[in-house]
Amino acid sequence: MSEQVIHFTVNGARQERRVATHRRLIDVLRDDLGLTGTKEGCSVGVCGACSVLVDGEVISSCLLPATYADGTSITTVEGLASDGELTPLQDAFITEGGFQCGICTPGQLITASALLAAHPRPSDEQIDEWMMSNLCRCTGYHGIRRAIHKAAAV
Amino acid sequence: MSGFAYHEPATWSAAQDLLRAEPDAMVLAGGTAFTLLLRQGLIRPTTVISLRRVSGADGILADSHGGLWIGAMVTHTAVVRSPIVRASWPEFADAAARVATLRVRNQATIGGSVAHADPASDVPVMLAALDAQVIVRKPNAAPRVPIDEVLVDTFTTSLAPGELIESVQIAGRGPNTRAAYLKFTLRSVDDYATVSVAARAEVVDGTVRAPRIFLGAVGARPMRARSVEAALADGARSRDFADAAALVRSDVDPITDVRGSAEYKREMARVFTERALRALVS
Repeated sequence: MSEQVIHFTVNGARQERRVATHRRLIDVLRDDLGLTGTKEGCSVGVCGACSVLVDGEVISSCLLPATYADGTSITTVEGLASDGELTPLQDAFITEGGFQCGICTPGQLITASALLAAHPRPSDEQIDEWMMSNLCRCTGYHGIRRAIHKAAAV
Repeated sequence: MSGFAYHEPATWSAAQDLLRAEPDAMVLAGGTAFTLLLRQGLIRPTTVISLRRVSGADGILADSHGGLWIGAMVTHTAVVRSPIVRASWPEFADAAARVATLRVRNQATIGGSVAHADPASDVPVMLAALDAQVIVRKPNAAPRVPIDEVLVDTFTTSLAPGELIESVQIAGRGPNTRAAYLKFTLRSVDDYATVSVAARAEVVDGTVRAPRIFLGAVGARPMRARSVEAALADGARSRDFADAAALVRSDVDPITDVRGSAEYKREMARVFTERALRALVS
């Protein structure tokens, strides 16, 4: 009873996993599926390093019970590129200097992907509104903002 | 930390049956606060009943008078985006938009926020100012209870074991009804409030009547500014607001913590109460 079988899609692949009910989505992604691109930063839903998309909406995978993944479709940073081809957003993060140490970058990319899906040509205000809670402590946000504008123009 | 028995009933009655069989079970809504409390060892549930699959629990409806019915499992983001909410109570949507981060708003629910009864949460304070009613599912009844009676203390509601929050209702507004929610954060905008003020009143030609004012994060529950309301009761204009707002100091009971000293919070309660009153007539 303290375990549940969950069925979900991760980066397009169907998954069936037996999970202990106290575990979180990030535990299943990193420890069971080996998807270590999703980082655990603050563990309390503030920093955004563990951001993933659940049915297209960005959430903190450190706050989501693993059982809540049942029946959903999840995208992690590993699911953005296809066939080794980076997305325009990932390219732009490189060319515009949208990262430095890189620990926050998977979360930044996930949130920026959701932003571009909702607002294909975001204003500075929309970028600030969406990205403000993905903390970066190296670069500041100018490079991130430039990268999002550049990807939007592709 | 270890696993717990876990259920996802598909209907309210199935959830109630499970609760009757397991009176000590914890009820899970969006899961944000639950996951934090679990990780910190502050809760040790043996049985958890999630409402995520309860049919109809995530709906938003409006009546013909602009009143809102918001299911317990509606997320904050759903409120923020809802054309139905925007059409009748845009100020409520704006208050929901002030909660934490986009990620939390995408997961955390209105019913969960009420049930968690964190006095620093945004939505319960606004619901109190809007005279919201909580629909409580009891074993053989589903009474409407004013939210001011539901929120009794820090992390404590009036609900008895076996009872569930089904939805919240906000009555429609009159043509002269004005409302405002102001949130003051010290550190970053996604933080909990140092103090927040929710205010509602009837406003005609700059005169405020029938004010209802609640403050968040400055007491064990949303704190009603009774002294301020009384001072404004006979019809107040903007020249009266500063004196009335000063009375809020005796209506709140803040503690000293990382978000400010008790004395500082009392002073900010005064400042933001006056600003909320000005927002009503602007």
